[in-house]
Amino acid sequence: MIQIENLAKKFDNHTAIDDLSLHIRRGEAFGLLGPNGAGKTTLIRILSMLTKPTSGNVMINGWNLSAAEEKIKSIIGVVPQSYNLDVDLTAWENIELHGRLHHVPQNVRRKKIREMLSFVDLQERASDKVASFSGGMKRRLMIARALLHEPEILYLDEPTVGLDPQVRRKLWDLIRLMNNNGLTVILTTHYIEEAENLCQRVAFMDKGILIACDSPNALCATMGKFVVEWTADDFVTKQQYFSERVQAANFSTSLPNAAVIRRVNLEDVFVELTGRKVGMP
Amino acid sequence: MIYDICTIFWRDWLVLRRRMFRFILSRMITPILYLVAFGWGRGRMFAGGDGNYLDFIVPGIIALNSMNISFNAVGSPLNISRLFYKTFDEYLIAPISPVAFVLGKVLAGLVKGLLSSIVMIGVALIFKANIVVNFWFVLVIIMNCIIFAAIAVVAALKMNSHEDMNNCNTYILLPMSFLCGTFFAAEELPTALRWFIELLPLTHTSLLLRSIASTGYVSIYSVSILLLYIIGALLLAVKTVIDCKE
Ligand SMILES: Nc1ncnc2c1ncn2[C@@H]1O[C@H](COP(=O)(O)OP(=O)(O)OP(=O)(O)O)[C@@H](O)[C@H]1O
Ligand SMILES: [Mg+2]
Repeated sequence: MIQIENLAKKFDNHTAIDDLSLHIRRGEAFGLLGPNGAGKTTLIRILSMLTKPTSGNVMINGWNLSAAEEKIKSIIGVVPQSYNLDVDLTAWENIELHGRLHHVPQNVRRKKIREMLSFVDLQERASDKVASFSGGMKRRLMIARALLHEPEILYLDEPTVGLDPQVRRKLWDLIRLMNNNGLTVILTTHYIEEAENLCQRVAFMDKGILIACDSPNALCATMGKFVVEWTADDFVTKQQYFSERVQAANFSTSLPNAAVIRRVNLEDVFVELTGRKVGMP
Repeated sequence: MIYDICTIFWRDWLVLRRRMFRFILSRMITPILYLVAFGWGRGRMFAGGDGNYLDFIVPGIIALNSMNISFNAVGSPLNISRLFYKTFDEYLIAPISPVAFVLGKVLAGLVKGLLSSIVMIGVALIFKANIVVNFWFVLVIIMNCIIFAAIAVVAALKMNSHEDMNNCNTYILLPMSFLCGTFFAAEELPTALRWFIELLPLTHTSLLLRSIASTGYVSIYSVSILLLYIIGALLLAVKTVIDCKE
């Protein structure tokens, strides 16, 4: 669905994305993970044609990014990192504006808007000004807006940042539902359990470089199955990875301090792959 | 294309319609103050001498008013929506052409400029100014609004802070408001400055409005200059929208 080859984006004095190649399959939920400034938003902006790449090639649905701009725009939906709703308009008007901008014909528009608003549970607030909405409501409205023109690909840039656990879970269900309906979803997040929960494959980025890309299970497997975690005398938390539980248990009994044995999760992989590089011990 | 222009305009119209009363009321304040201060005030001071000064400045005030309104009605909201609310991205993501975006915004600025000009003409008539409002008079106002609404699109997309946007007002619009043949004829200025002033669109708008309002004479030269400005400003605005992609 999306083919990225040797993509690079340089701003005046530094590189935001460096020689990135990635292939995202149709119908998959794909997670982009990485510390602040890794280049996730820049990548999403390039894929939404808000930013031009410095070099490299991107194909979406077989079309070249620069050659088929309007065609690509009609099959992508974008939920940006910042709330970018029109605060002078109501919820309904915000979505209607989007529908008009994307040429959704008038006779289906009303029905679609009503449908999308109830999909994200906002039908009762349709005629309220967006300025009075909470963060979670705004985010849900942005998702409804992005889906109105029935895109085939949805970009979600940190969709659940600042949301309470209930709303986050509701959004996860929503994303899973859309993905099950065949939508290709690309999401960036700092919550690793979110990617683990939602995505069939994840990519780790750091300082513009793609450092790993695979399914969460496969990534975890590269570290071993089990981890022993303990706090050393200098209060630094340490980990040691094992492929067998017995080995882990043996190791933990040999430690002078209390230790925990648990399964390796994606967060361990993330910390291992990105954390070490920023100069941690 | 037409449909997309309507969409852009529809959004601004929605917002304007809701604030129509406030909009009109607030637009009346500045022109009334100008009229009172420069027309009535000066007229009384120089009673007998320059009796027609009110008739002289009313076209000038209509010109500067339509400039300020069409510029600010387009410029400030667009600048804020780009820098602060980030809503501008929503238009860049949509499959619409930059030309449609510019024309829609210009149309919105034009409508606001015209509305405030109607208010202004009404106020001038209450002040008993003798002006003729005909087809040409309206056409010149329309051209003036188009020019400054298009320039507003350029400024809103180029200025990277709201303060810079305000500085456009202080350093460009405000001096033009006073110098471009609005309150006194440009001929009274020193030659070098006069040459410069006569290159500016607002000067020609004031000249045209004044000659139409008093004698009905339409200078083809001035109309051509305004047309050139319209073409230039629209092209520049479209180019600015295209360049918005970093
Ligand atoms: N318009 C811009 N001009 C200059 N530099 C930019 C611009 N946009 C992004 N950058 C730089 O590109 C790098 C990547 O930024 P980006 O926003 O893509 O990171 P991110 O992974 O989304 O981070 P976060 O998790 O904080 O959202 C950063 O170093 C940032 O300073
Ligand atoms: Mg980001």
